[in-house]
Amino acid sequence: MSILVNKDSRVIFQGFTGQHATFHAQEAIRMGTQVVGGVTPGKGGQTHIDRPVFDTVKEAVVATGADVSVVFVPPPFSADAIMEAIEAGIKVIVVITDGVPVQDMVRVKRYLIGHDAIIIGPNTAGVITPEECKVGIMPAHIYPKGRIGVVSRSGTLNYEAVEQMSELGLGISTSISIGGDPVNGCDFLTLLKQFSEDSDTDAVLMIGEIGGSQEVEAATWARAHLNKPLVGFIAGATAPPGRTMGHAGAIISGEADTAQAKMQRLAELGVSVVQNAAEIGQTVRNSLS
Amino acid sequence: MNIHEYQTKELLRSYKIPVPDGRMAHSANQALVVAEQLGGDGWVVKAQIHAGGRGKAGGVQLANSLDEVQQYAENLIGTRLVTKQTGEAGRMVNRVLVEQIHQIETEYYLGLVIDRASQRITLIASAAGGMEIEEVAAATPEKVINEVVDPAVGLQDFQCRKVAAGIGLSGKQIVKAARIMKSLYRCFRDKDALMVEINPLVTTKDGQFLALDAKMSFDGNALFRQPEITDQRDFDEEDPKEIEASGHDLNYIALDGSVGCIVNGAGLAMATMDAISLYGGRPANFLDVGGGASPEKIANAFRIVLEDPNVKVLLLNIYAGINRCDWIAEGIVKAMADQVIDVPIVVRLAGTNLEAGRAILADSGLDFIHADRLSDAAEKSVKAVNGGAV
Repeated sequence: MSILVNKDSRVIFQGFTGQHATFHAQEAIRMGTQVVGGVTPGKGGQTHIDRPVFDTVKEAVVATGADVSVVFVPPPFSADAIMEAIEAGIKVIVVITDGVPVQDMVRVKRYLIGHDAIIIGPNTAGVITPEECKVGIMPAHIYPKGRIGVVSRSGTLNYEAVEQMSELGLGISTSISIGGDPVNGCDFLTLLKQFSEDSDTDAVLMIGEIGGSQEVEAATWARAHLNKPLVGFIAGATAPPGRTMGHAGAIISGEADTAQAKMQRLAELGVSVVQNAAEIGQTVRNSLS
Repeated sequence: MNIHEYQTKELLRSYKIPVPDGRMAHSANQALVVAEQLGGDGWVVKAQIHAGGRGKAGGVQLANSLDEVQQYAENLIGTRLVTKQTGEAGRMVNRVLVEQIHQIETEYYLGLVIDRASQRITLIASAAGGMEIEEVAAATPEKVINEVVDPAVGLQDFQCRKVAAGIGLSGKQIVKAARIMKSLYRCFRDKDALMVEINPLVTTKDGQFLALDAKMSFDGNALFRQPEITDQRDFDEEDPKEIEASGHDLNYIALDGSVGCIVNGAGLAMATMDAISLYGGRPANFLDVGGGASPEKIANAFRIVLEDPNVKVLLLNIYAGINRCDWIAEGIVKAMADQVIDVPIVVRLAGTNLEAGRAILADSGLDFIHADRLSDAAEKSVKAVNGGAV
């Protein structure tokens, strides 16, 4: 099992022939991901890294049976690319692009209603189910296969947590970075629900940040419904209010946005809260016993 | 990105939202000319800085004569205004807005935000105008009305009328207020705003609405398609080091501690700062070098962080994913060759090409404090600040 992607996922890259997409498609293939082609409008009919290039997502879906897309399209055109993937019937759309205008994402999410698709990102490191499928920019070699589900906003803090867990012999079922934007395709709650039903996941680690209330909403649901341990960390305890800390969504706009307030709420909701990021791995292990 | 009050009001005026007659002035003499041209017998002189709390800090002065206009402008321009939002250093006032005074009947609040809970644009209104809306919402949530906008059709007239009635308006006032709300929404949508706030929106003795104070911020990610907004950026309002850092594609925010930080990724950068704090130290800055950090980028990061005289130790924490430890190590060696560094440097590398990175550092013969883990890195940095053995 696992969630979102696995060895049967058929993956295309949008913005396929660009430098970054090319590199990360090759890395995904190296890990065993079924990359079946890509889309670059105007370059349809060509072959790129031994895979077919299509002008439209629809053509790619018809020809290859693709059900997962990784979007590397630049910000001015990202929203259009995401909606094209939704319309073509792609089920999991991972948007790596950093810098997508917020109001574009508001419109994309409206368009998503009524479609059976899930958007991860934008501004995300992506999704990995170790040894099966990598749709993102994370280094695959640090993700051992195992039974911990990870959801984070950040990419590198996700790597940090995974390394701590792997040193303790804990591996990953699926790991997802949802990205640092204030309006993003998928929230923590949606993913917790999927992990809840995944028989290959024994515990879930949620790595949040200052800003917004996603973590608290997810933990509120988890208290009543999640049948496995939930460990939580919130980055940004030392962040000054009113400043955007690298991620567009990481900003303290009110008391409830602070790391301290969120960690307190999470603890009240029964989450095993980690105060020190250096102790994430140990806390996950303790939660299993 | 933020703009000044006078710029916001010009923008609102172009959307037919009523704002007081007024103009910006760079000098006391110019302020006097503006007041003369406006006419009347009372004016308000408002310091133009990108920070709230101006009124209580003396940045908004009521003038009953032209002499007073000139005097207040003279007092404000060229001084640093300290408000509860500026910090102790305050913010330099380079210009003032001079407006006619109006007799106010009632005050309302009107705003639009990208609401993170609904993930949509949301109209916010309240009869409790002139106060901080967050405080009103916390103390008396029933006085704040939220109306979520469906992006497929935009803000509808009926929603505006509903909100207007909700804040206690009636009759023709509902129609007038609804028109302002609709215009405000159009402006917000067209210009890729993140937040607009008219506080207070007032009615005058003669029954007219006026946007007495207004504030607006815009989506930095959308500036590529908003040249008119981009042109209004005031670099004097920003930390010169943050501007320089962004020129090198580095995300830097100055803080007031003594541990300089260079990290890749916003989440890990925050977690590193938090860890420093847990071990009893204080971060001097937030700095995210991002993905694909070239040796030049690392060298620039070193220079920018070390320009801060408060920095007593530099902590570099890199978890290389798309980055590579060997590139980072080359950057460190380059940075240390380019400049004299007289503070201890703690280096924690992890991830892609770790061994190659470590080898480059070891071969360099340069003096580092090595850390294997995040906990070591934070602990050793704090000890180094205190001059202790590490």
